[in-house]
Amino acid sequence: MDAVLITNVLAATVVAGTPLLLVALGELVCERSGVLNLGQEGMMLMGAVIGFIAATATGSLAMGVLAAMLGGVLMAMLFALMAITLAANQYAAGLALTIFGIGLSSFVGSGFVGQSIDGFDKIAIPLLSDIPVIGQVLFNQDLLVYASLLIFVLVFCFLKYSRGGLILRAVGESPEAANANGLRVLPVRYMAVAFGGAMAGLAGAYLSLAYTPMWTENMTAGRGWIALALVVFATWKPERVLLGAYLFGAASILHLVLQGLGWNSSTELLAMLPYVVTIIVLVLLSWNPARTRLNTPLSIGQPYRPSK
Amino acid sequence: MLSLERRAVDSRAMQWASPLLALILTIITGMGIFLALGKDPVEGLTFFFLTPLSDKHGWAELGLKMAPLLLCAAGLTICYRAKLWNIGAEGHFLMGALWASAAALQFSDQSGPWVLPLVLIAGMVAGAAWALLAGVLKTQFHCNEILTTIMLNYIALNLLLYAVHGPLKDPYGFGFPQSEMFAAAALLPKLIPDTRLHIGLLFGLLAAVAVGVLFARTFIGFQLKVLGQDERAAAFAGFPAKRLTLLAFILAGGLAGLAGASEVTGPLGQLVPQVSPGYGYTAIIVVFLGRMQAVGIVLAAALLALTFMGGEMLQIAMALPKAITGLFQGLLLFYLLTCDAFIHYRIRIRRAPKAVAGEA
Repeated sequence: MDAVLITNVLAATVVAGTPLLLVALGELVCERSGVLNLGQEGMMLMGAVIGFIAATATGSLAMGVLAAMLGGVLMAMLFALMAITLAANQYAAGLALTIFGIGLSSFVGSGFVGQSIDGFDKIAIPLLSDIPVIGQVLFNQDLLVYASLLIFVLVFCFLKYSRGGLILRAVGESPEAANANGLRVLPVRYMAVAFGGAMAGLAGAYLSLAYTPMWTENMTAGRGWIALALVVFATWKPERVLLGAYLFGAASILHLVLQGLGWNSSTELLAMLPYVVTIIVLVLLSWNPARTRLNTPLSIGQPYRPSK
Repeated sequence: MLSLERRAVDSRAMQWASPLLALILTIITGMGIFLALGKDPVEGLTFFFLTPLSDKHGWAELGLKMAPLLLCAAGLTICYRAKLWNIGAEGHFLMGALWASAAALQFSDQSGPWVLPLVLIAGMVAGAAWALLAGVLKTQFHCNEILTTIMLNYIALNLLLYAVHGPLKDPYGFGFPQSEMFAAAALLPKLIPDTRLHIGLLFGLLAAVAVGVLFARTFIGFQLKVLGQDERAAAFAGFPAKRLTLLAFILAGGLAGLAGASEVTGPLGQLVPQVSPGYGYTAIIVVFLGRMQAVGIVLAAALLALTFMGGEMLQIAMALPKAITGLFQGLLLFYLLTCDAFIHYRIRIRRAPKAVAGEA
């Protein structure tokens, strides 16, 4: 492979990994607070459709992105109402959110199928984009790719260095102890879930406004679920989410690369690759359950009710 | 301030009232949606719930759509009772449809009475094997079954698409991605003449009864229940957790595979890409709505089968998007889970407590 091809593949990897990075960062924060939200796919779909409709209606991509994030937050609040306030089973509530999101998004978007829109353009950052290979891969991308990297840095610093991050982690590890120390568990969890919703909405908007600027039913194609696997892969660490998102991004464009190299395999078989890769990665990671358990937020999946 | 208070004993009344309440809330929301779209809500609900069942043909179609839902839901019930979150019924179903079709096409020049059973068995084995894969990943490699079954659903769909575009494609099909029509020996007998209803519905009803019996009368059912309620208790009692887990996955896969096989050998008579309108996912709602009980599942399957028909009806009669089916199904599940909270909790109204000094 020559340098141009490598550069193109890497740049496409970053693009394919960006929605995964966004939604997985949101889920990471959510899970660190002790809440497992399996509704990522549903929230992403709602973000994608709302973002597309808002951008089409207002003619402004920024409005599309805002509306998508808001839509994600609203969906997340439905989940939070069930899983946090009503202490429903988090698995069931998350599944409900995804099933609802699939139905609602295709209902809302039914009049917009097949339309397209002028999506986000690539913006080359002066000087930086002139660096060989890396410049084109990282500094000649669209605005949302830059935003995703910024969000990554913010989440990383928030969890590692801020008081808020400490509170979030305390709530996720031991809500009882956090409560005893005067922290309010439920509001913290609400905020974490809301952040997850905003990120899923943004990831959805990335798909419908930048990746393929149009709306089609179920266009997330399981990325919400892959992101959930990604958080396990990352053992709840943001830096490993970044790495994992681009690895999974690479897996999802692998079929394009293989076809480019003259592999004459069926498109359907190649389209299976990202899902197969996800399973293989899960196997490799979960092999030793003790290692996974070491990093899992302790209270994950368990509803919490303040005793008072 | 409203607050939730844990009930000392779960409310049995709420256990059964919750699905009804959820249905009522869904209908109310549905009326709101019709109003928002500028349609007459009463007319809309009539088209959704009543018109599909206005003649014999409609009832037959209801039974036709209940069959795969019942089979998938019966299998999922086995898993969910053991707290195995198998989301893979859609994938099991698709693999069942795929391999039953492969078998049916293989025997296309045969007319013996053994053809149909073989075709159905091929579907069941394929579904069971696909589910077993997720089971083994869980028991041997500790992989979360939700993620693996979802991934396997996507893989199964792509395999099916590959087959109808490739090896199983009808060479005389004018380029359409679909298989040849099956021979008569590979088709399920009709239950009611002049309709599409076939004996697959009996498979579904039998499966629901069998699952009811499994949990009410058998030791394996008891072991599965204990495994779901308290994994440690099951371990102390010496129950073979791994084997039970694999068994639950095999049964769920086999039943969903049979559903897929019945679909291609029943109403379709060939393999097409749109063999499932999401039966495997809708079956999840059926299980929750049906309270994981045989009778409940039959009723819930009937209701959700009706949502598929109602959606089509609204599309034709009121020019609404067909996606309204999925919307109603999602709403129903949402309201159900919300109402279910009141099985364990009651609402209490009380004054806001004083803020604790030094609260962060």
